[in-house]
Amino acid sequence: MSPRAITRLAALIFALALVLAWQILAELRLISPIFFPAPSRALSVLIARIADGSIWLSLAATVLRMIFGWLLACLVGIALGAAIASSRLARDLLEPTLEFLRPLPASAIIPVAILFLGLSNAMALAVIAFGAIWPVLLASVHGFSSVPDELRNVADVLGFSRARYLRIVALPAAAPDILSGVRVSLAIALILTVVTEMQASLAGLGWEIFYAQRVYRSADLYAGLIVLGAVGFAANQLLQQLERRALPWRHLTP
Amino acid sequence: MSRLLRGAIVPLLLLGAWEIASRAGLAFDTLSRPSEILAALLSGLSDGSILIATAQTFNAALLGLAIAAVIGILVGTVLGLSPRLEGITGPSIEALRPIPAVAFMPLALMMFGFGIGLEASIVSYACVWPILIVTVSAVREIEPRLLDVADVMEMTFAEKLRKIILPAAFARINVGLRVGAGIALVVAVTTEVVLNPRGLGYSLILAQQSLDVALMYAQLLWLCVVGYLLNAALRALGGGSALAWRPAG
Repeated sequence: MSPRAITRLAALIFALALVLAWQILAELRLISPIFFPAPSRALSVLIARIADGSIWLSLAATVLRMIFGWLLACLVGIALGAAIASSRLARDLLEPTLEFLRPLPASAIIPVAILFLGLSNAMALAVIAFGAIWPVLLASVHGFSSVPDELRNVADVLGFSRARYLRIVALPAAAPDILSGVRVSLAIALILTVVTEMQASLAGLGWEIFYAQRVYRSADLYAGLIVLGAVGFAANQLLQQLERRALPWRHLTP
Repeated sequence: MSRLLRGAIVPLLLLGAWEIASRAGLAFDTLSRPSEILAALLSGLSDGSILIATAQTFNAALLGLAIAAVIGILVGTVLGLSPRLEGITGPSIEALRPIPAVAFMPLALMMFGFGIGLEASIVSYACVWPILIVTVSAVREIEPRLLDVADVMEMTFAEKLRKIILPAAFARINVGLRVGAGIALVVAVTTEVVLNPRGLGYSLILAQQSLDVALMYAQLLWLCVVGYLLNAALRALGGGSALAWRPAG
């Protein structure tokens, strides 16, 4: 076996050992099983929920909420970023206000969003978009303002309109920055999806783990955590793959 | 100076329109006048309630950050020194890391009950990852000859950590700590908004639920100021724009 395969095998064994240690600790009942169920119980809940199909509805609700909030953040973030990067006036007008709002924890606008929009999906989307917009916005400002001068000159010589310049020259040039910002935004969107579901009792995985705690069904809680971890992992992997496909030249040089 | 003036145009216009609209009789339950908000902020500051809530939030954020720093730096150093160990534990770490810290709130509530323990544990889970990852790469890039020297001198691990590793890697670990500090505040407030009855986040949601809208906006404004000052302080220390890039939570 090659050294790499050995490391992989050892990594797998380590992960299994962790789960085994969890199982043994739970069996010993050093900590009350009310908060610390064995992994076998969490897994059997998970399998039962997959088998009876009840997991898919809540999974879909959470994933859709996350994606819509994130798309909203991406659209507004990229548009604002392009505006700020390409116009001195827009930058001077908007930047100080945005700089002041940026450090505000997104969850702090939940009370305001509830007042305006009620305990609704619209409220959740607004909060998710508010929190997830910053990495996209900063990345696209950076991306759009670092378009190489040569490309800009070529566009001038060819007499491109501003819209055409943005579409054909600036957007592809800024894409690497934007994509990495977009990936961070998706992670934030998942966090805020969970938070808003808990706060507004919107159906989904976040609300389910909250509810599982209230009725002391800790195995359900752990099962929900496992699924949420899987969603976060899958989302990140998917965007990394997309980045690799969309920007193959980035990975040519090590 | 003219840039500063231009930057003030948008907020001032919004505030002016807001004040005039509410005085002209366009009453909303959801908005209160900027002048009332300012009054609520001043009274909250002068009777100390906002300051006490701020102190509670910062206590939990700092405690969580401290726990995360100890765990992150120790584990990060061990993994940074041994690439093989990092290869073995890496997949397990990558499996735990994407679970949003806030999803652990119900679990932490069952374990710790309401209070600082609940909040600090969530903060430390969220903050430990950037610190751990930065430490691993900082330790990996230590000049190998320094470590050889330590081996030749037969230093114990504690000595090696104190005399060689921390001094050599501290500048970069510091960046991780500053990223963590920004995350800590955000996560502490989130925990309070959702669950924990203490601190700024809780008084914010309490003001909303009792429809004391002016107080709610006053606290939001205060939180903006606190966050801005914290960010400015971290930037002055050199943590800089890195903060903006990390998912918090």
